[in-house]
Amino acid sequence: MAITFEKVNFSYGAGTTLARSILHDVTLQIATGQVTAIVGQTGSGKSTLIQHINGLLKPTSGRIIIDDFQLTASTKEKILVQLRKNVGIVFQFPENQLFANTVLEDVMYAPLNFGATKAEAKLAAEQALKRVGVSSELWYRSPFELSGGQMRRVAMAGALSSNPNVVIMDEPAAGLDPKGQAELLNLVQELKALGKTVVFISHQMDHVIAVADQVIVMQNGHVVAQESPKKLFNRDLSWFETMKLDLPKAGQLAEKLRKNGVFLSRRPLTLIELADLINKEVDHE
Amino acid sequence: MNNIMIGRFVSGNSWVHRLDPRTKMLITFVYILVMLWANSWQTYAWTTLFVIVLVKLTDQPFKLYWDGLKPIFWLILFTVVLQLLFTPGTPVLFSFGPLRVTVPGVINAVYVMVRFVLIILMSTILTLTTPPTSIANALESLLGPLKKIGIPVAELSLMLAIALRFVPLLMDETQKIMNAQKSRGMSFSTGGPVKRAKAIIPLLIPLFVGALQRALDLANAMEVRGFKDAVQRTKYRVLSYQKTDKLAFVALGGFVIIFFVIKELAHV
Repeated sequence: MAITFEKVNFSYGAGTTLARSILHDVTLQIATGQVTAIVGQTGSGKSTLIQHINGLLKPTSGRIIIDDFQLTASTKEKILVQLRKNVGIVFQFPENQLFANTVLEDVMYAPLNFGATKAEAKLAAEQALKRVGVSSELWYRSPFELSGGQMRRVAMAGALSSNPNVVIMDEPAAGLDPKGQAELLNLVQELKALGKTVVFISHQMDHVIAVADQVIVMQNGHVVAQESPKKLFNRDLSWFETMKLDLPKAGQLAEKLRKNGVFLSRRPLTLIELADLINKEVDHE
Repeated sequence: MNNIMIGRFVSGNSWVHRLDPRTKMLITFVYILVMLWANSWQTYAWTTLFVIVLVKLTDQPFKLYWDGLKPIFWLILFTVVLQLLFTPGTPVLFSFGPLRVTVPGVINAVYVMVRFVLIILMSTILTLTTPPTSIANALESLLGPLKKIGIPVAELSLMLAIALRFVPLLMDETQKIMNAQKSRGMSFSTGGPVKRAKAIIPLLIPLFVGALQRALDLANAMEVRGFKDAVQRTKYRVLSYQKTDKLAFVALGGFVIIFFVIKELAHV
């Protein structure tokens, strides 16, 4: 599903004395089947932005178009269920949302809410659990008995089980070990291969370069850049400093080399690229 | 969730903000006590005037106070209706079945409403201008003498401080869990009462699990920093009465004396 933001403004407590303005004139496009990374400093409005995509928050002004669904300030709460069926969100530390007696029941919650029968919900839940790599001997255990990493997977399955066309993840890698992070990136690619539109928030530029088709950079509630990772990470170093953003690890190392007098022909973005360039440089000498 | 105003502190630099929390607490306490003696429109007018002056002095928009009143609107309405329907006396204005609306009933209903609103406003002034930790500190200081008869005042006030500290955290947590479950299709607005009550379970269980986890974390953090009860602790913020506090006490005294003078005069 394609997502379009048109001049979206949002403030908390709009119209009260404590109103705080979070998003300013946000305009952006996300094409169907693309993986989009949202980056930016803490407090730049990333989480607020993604909560607009399934109508948890409604814009104070402007509109959001998700395929043929239009979300504005006056959209009624009742019809949002239809939108939420199509847009799944995996929140930060999603393990906090677990509640049911068994893992399977918890993952069945979303499809049941969206009108599936028990049998359909069970099938969907099993599929989702397999997809995130929760083995079947855990399905009938209490989610509260699981380890942190397993809980995270179950919670992710809980958001994927309704088979949404758009999957949104808010810092899904936070607190995962390196193996978990690699599996997460695989999952993103799998979802993309299934034709789903994926949006994720990340602070790790290596994840961005690994899976994202486009990057949206937020600062103080404004979208300051929307382009391909390749283009973004070839911007001037000073731009990254003012945005307080990192380069991918390979780029960081290349910059350090440059400061020490080793010049590479261009800025590498992945470790393989970096190795290639260093190789060439060594041959050259 | 963001518009619950009960107990919310809004920082500022007004005369009321700068008062010692103990002063504010005593004023609130004495005021509510004095309200119990109010029985005529003159006395209600005087107590209302006092609150209006205080509200003005806090230098906060009235909207904040209005937001504080809204959540208890139904409670006020309920008591007002009870007073209206079940106060005996004459003359009777009109009646339907066994219910009679009498003139004393109407007067009582108005008085009860005013009393409710004033007490809420007064406590809102206290909580709006005083950080929760200061309230806990003030309570500890005011109840200090009870230590002599073996009541663990310091521990109780620490419990209060922790409880107050957890309120915004838990509200935050509730909002987050609500968002997660709403994304998974939770809906409070469909189905019968049983179904609606059941819909709260996915909200309550994670909330309790989270609260217990937080409590455990806090207990551990206190433990590793060597927390012990029943020891004499110094305070980061030492409370001391200033000139303005003395002035406030004089004003409070004046308020009480004038209140009783008005009350006596109204009776004559």
